[in-house]
Amino acid sequence: MSETETRAAVVEREFAHPPEKIWRALTQKHLIAEWLMNNDFLAETGHRFNLVGDWGGTLDCEVLAVEPHETLSYTWNYPNDDPAFALESVVTFTLTPTPKGTLLRVEQAGFRPDQKQAYGGAHAGWKVFLGKLDGVLAGMN
Amino acid sequence: MPDTQTLLFKSLADPTRRALFERLCREGELTVANLTLEAGVSQPVVSKHLAQLKQAGLVSGHHQGRQTHYRAELAALAPLADWTIRMTEFWQGRFDELEDLLNRMDQ
Repeated sequence: MSETETRAAVVEREFAHPPEKIWRALTQKHLIAEWLMNNDFLAETGHRFNLVGDWGGTLDCEVLAVEPHETLSYTWNYPNDDPAFALESVVTFTLTPTPKGTLLRVEQAGFRPDQKQAYGGAHAGWKVFLGKLDGVLAGMN
Repeated sequence: MPDTQTLLFKSLADPTRRALFERLCREGELTVANLTLEAGVSQPVVSKHLAQLKQAGLVSGHHQGRQTHYRAELAALAPLADWTIRMTEFWQGRFDELEDLLNRMDQ
């Protein structure tokens, strides 16, 4: 029985740098390696690549959308025999020019089987969760 | 948003209720009387909040003699304390690194 559900993590930050410069950091592999993970990325729709994490895990990715200086989207899949750890998601970066620089938004939308969550994670995370609750509520109707 | 999550959010949105839940998380089992001591509200109000937390599955109560002992059910938070929070923290950390990189890059 695998009831699937969708969730998204969103982070936005304004950087005092122009979109063109941020775009380079998002799309040139030696630069991506400096802030995200080691990779064999190419800014071409359909290109398959891997992101290799410091923890030894490898993410399977495929470029979905490339609109220079505006939008970059790729899949972010973590295959695992244990469905509690497996993850299929899509990461989308959106760049919007501002008077001071650029607003960068990343959204990661995920699809995963509704497994019982690791209780350890829930336990460690509950304080963080409570701390963020006000923000979450602010976004609710 | 699924009903379970809405119920959890609503249950914890109230500061008094959240404080009760946090105390149960920190201190383990407590009676209504114990909880009322530091709650800043009357015992009937505490009982009402506990009933709401119980409905959301966040606390459970069992009778011991004439007293009801309550405890936090952390597992009830699992649907919320999930990967979206971890990923949000992950991206915030990555954005810190990105900012460092941008400051080092040429125009």
